[in-house]
Amino acid sequence: MHEIRSQKATETALQNLISQVRNGYVDNAPLVVGIHTGGAWIAARLCEALEWDEPATLDISLYRDDFETSGLKRSGTTNRMPQQLNGENILLIDDVLFTGRTIRAALNVLFDYGRPGAINLGILFDRGGRELPIEPTFLGESLGEEGAGRCKLIGPEPLVLMTPDSE
Amino acid sequence: MHGPAALQLTPDGRLKHLLTTEGLPKSLITELLDTAETFLSSQGQPVKKVPLLRGKTVVNLFFENSTRTRTTFDIAAHRLSADVVTLDIRTSSASKGETLFDTLKNLEAMQADLFVVRHSAGGAPFFIADRVTPNIAVINAGDGTHAHPTQALLDLMTIRKHKGDPANLSVAIVGDLKHSRVSRSLIHGLRGMGCPDIRAIGPGTLLPSDLGYLGVRTFHCIDDGLRDVDVVVLLRLQKERMTSALLPSEREFFNLYGMTESRLKLAKENAIVMHPGPINRGVEIANEVADGPQAVILDQVTNGIAIRMAVMAMTLSTQQGGHS
Repeated sequence: MHEIRSQKATETALQNLISQVRNGYVDNAPLVVGIHTGGAWIAARLCEALEWDEPATLDISLYRDDFETSGLKRSGTTNRMPQQLNGENILLIDDVLFTGRTIRAALNVLFDYGRPGAINLGILFDRGGRELPIEPTFLGESLGEEGAGRCKLIGPEPLVLMTPDSE
Repeated sequence: MHGPAALQLTPDGRLKHLLTTEGLPKSLITELLDTAETFLSSQGQPVKKVPLLRGKTVVNLFFENSTRTRTTFDIAAHRLSADVVTLDIRTSSASKGETLFDTLKNLEAMQADLFVVRHSAGGAPFFIADRVTPNIAVINAGDGTHAHPTQALLDLMTIRKHKGDPANLSVAIVGDLKHSRVSRSLIHGLRGMGCPDIRAIGPGTLLPSDLGYLGVRTFHCIDDGLRDVDVVVLLRLQKERMTSALLPSEREFFNLYGMTESRLKLAKENAIVMHPGPINRGVEIANEVADGPQAVILDQVTNGIAIRMAVMAMTLSTQQGGHS
């Protein structure tokens, strides 16, 4: 297990993401939804910095597409989601974007809450390796070549991007 | 672990079937309850269905009549997006003389992924789990007077939600424990969770003789047994017990063991009252208790769906060879 992005570098990426989001929503704050668990940490930091309401958190484990191969992976609970979505503009937040499958699952969860309005995607680190046509609207940092290996955001305080335990 | 309980676990201790709560370790019960909590949150969505078990086939094998349990298993499987087939075996092959083993082999040939089994003979789900081809999960939905593990788990979930860790609680079970698979499974589940004080309250004719071995204290006087408990579990009094001369009458039972407001005052102030349903008002429970603030009976029903979703997802997850 070693650092890919130090606490300082992670903080720089986060500040970059926050400033993009600030410029992206000049008039109305969106409903911020953080995907468990890393996305929820980022969403909380973002809302705090922009003085927005506390974000909703989303557990996507029941919508994953790898049950056949990986079984049930519980991540957390869904909190503060409105009873029903009806045209709300949503900013979906996750820590690391890779194949895009997690975001696909999250979009499906959101549509099970009703009919959201526009959905934007905020990502802290982009690893590349996309398997679906999903791209971030706001991005903290693209890892480029360094994104080839697996990684995991450790947090919530301090935030550091590490390789997984076994490596 | 050894004995029949070992059949439900993989060598590395994961749940492959759910047959009994006897011998289930606390960590596994806790994982089941936590998973059920996850499902409970999805049950608040406008669309309650999640795509987890899409493409899987769940076969409800009900060799014994049960509308309520079967319905909750049906709903649970549907909400996981599985395909559900319900076979009322009493009216089909068994009555034509087919053995349980042959029925089983036929259903396997139809590429089922999970069997939910209810049978009037104790041990039938074990027989099935022992003989199914690998990759098929078996869930016991009640066998004879032996076990009803999903009911016990939903009871534990309800207890934990309202009163916290069972390791700090006193629980009284009232009524016909002798013929109750619900109470047997709940006692094993409570023991697994480390509950230090389990009490059985009922007339001698309706209490099994082996409760002492399970660490359960027995009371024939309800007023003594209810004192300072956190949880009261009432059991349904089955009418057929009357004909076998174990009880003089329903009214007599209510007078001696019925849960009334004044008796409930003997328990702790915020004690909860549970019942597996269907309730017999005026037999096990007075109207004012059934409709009162301490009754959590309908919460048990809601939790029952989440628990059954969790058990299906976890057993199938293990059968897929997945690691959670």
